[in-house]
Amino acid sequence: MTRRLIFLLPLAVFLVIAVYFGIGLTLDSKKLPNMLAGKPVPEFTLKPILGRDDKGFANTDLVGDVSLVNVFGSWCVACQVEHPFLMDVRAKNLAPIHGIDWREVDPKDGPDWLRRKGDPYTLIGDDPKSRAAISFGVTGAPETFLVDQKGVVRYKYVGPINQKVWNDEIWPLIQELRKTKGS
Amino acid sequence: MTRLFPLILLLLTVIAIRPATAVEPSEVLDNPVLETRARDISKGLRCVVCQNQSIDDSDASLARDLRVLVRERLVSGDSDQEVIEYVVSRYGDFVLLKPPFKAATLVLWFGPLLMVVLALLALIAFFRRQQANIGPATAPALSNRDQRRIEALLAEDGGSEKS
Repeated sequence: MTRRLIFLLPLAVFLVIAVYFGIGLTLDSKKLPNMLAGKPVPEFTLKPILGRDDKGFANTDLVGDVSLVNVFGSWCVACQVEHPFLMDVRAKNLAPIHGIDWREVDPKDGPDWLRRKGDPYTLIGDDPKSRAAISFGVTGAPETFLVDQKGVVRYKYVGPINQKVWNDEIWPLIQELRKTKGS
Repeated sequence: MTRLFPLILLLLTVIAIRPATAVEPSEVLDNPVLETRARDISKGLRCVVCQNQSIDDSDASLARDLRVLVRERLVSGDSDQEVIEYVVSRYGDFVLLKPPFKAATLVLWFGPLLMVVLALLALIAFFRRQQANIGPATAPALSNRDQRRIEALLAEDGGSEKS
């Protein structure tokens, strides 16, 4: 009987490999793991964008409230798609959104874009050399991070946020984090 | 041929000066030792935008910014390992073009070797068995009943060798 079973061994090995490949090959290789999940936001200090006279944007600003950090650029097509939704979040005052204006060709491009289309951001930093973007592990715009009251990164979304993602993932998480404020 | 010669020369020159990498002159460090280290590190880091190129090869703007970052970190005194660890801490093991050697990747590194060893063992077992079959015939032992029949038949013959 055991003699017979040994002939099934190659089939078993094949099945194991097939399952591994089945999972591995259907994973989206564009989606990298969120290396920052559960870790404090990386240190960064960004200058304000042109025309904004505030202090810019730094990691130390990300304590107190649950907030979103949105990496965008005026050159980024998907950000155009996402923009109205961010305006909506701002209008309803659901959570503060801070912006990282990433890699503008001309420092005027970002501010111009926001002036034309509206500015959903509470704080904005200019990131012409990808410093903050790299420290967040950003691979493309838009990417959005959810940061809790203690400045710990809880969640990352790659691509434009829409109502569905907001309802299914982001808003429930924000509410949950706000509930556990004390801990 | 003499007419073609300048053309060939021009072609060769163009091929010769074609840059092998995406590194721009403005990025190159003055210190040749550091620059060599930066190039070696860059060749092992995947460009996360155009995933099957190293950042040394890629023209993507993010790859360029990563190259500059690698160089800045080297200038500020980081070891090669520290630079690589920083980038991995942001993007994960995926940015390493050569997978790291650790518990999670043991199957990756030793899987093929294991397969070869298993196949060899199976092959050896197979040949051993074949050889055993070819060698001195080992007929199955006679049952008691057969033995008795043979003895009876032989006894009938009177024990002579004639058949």
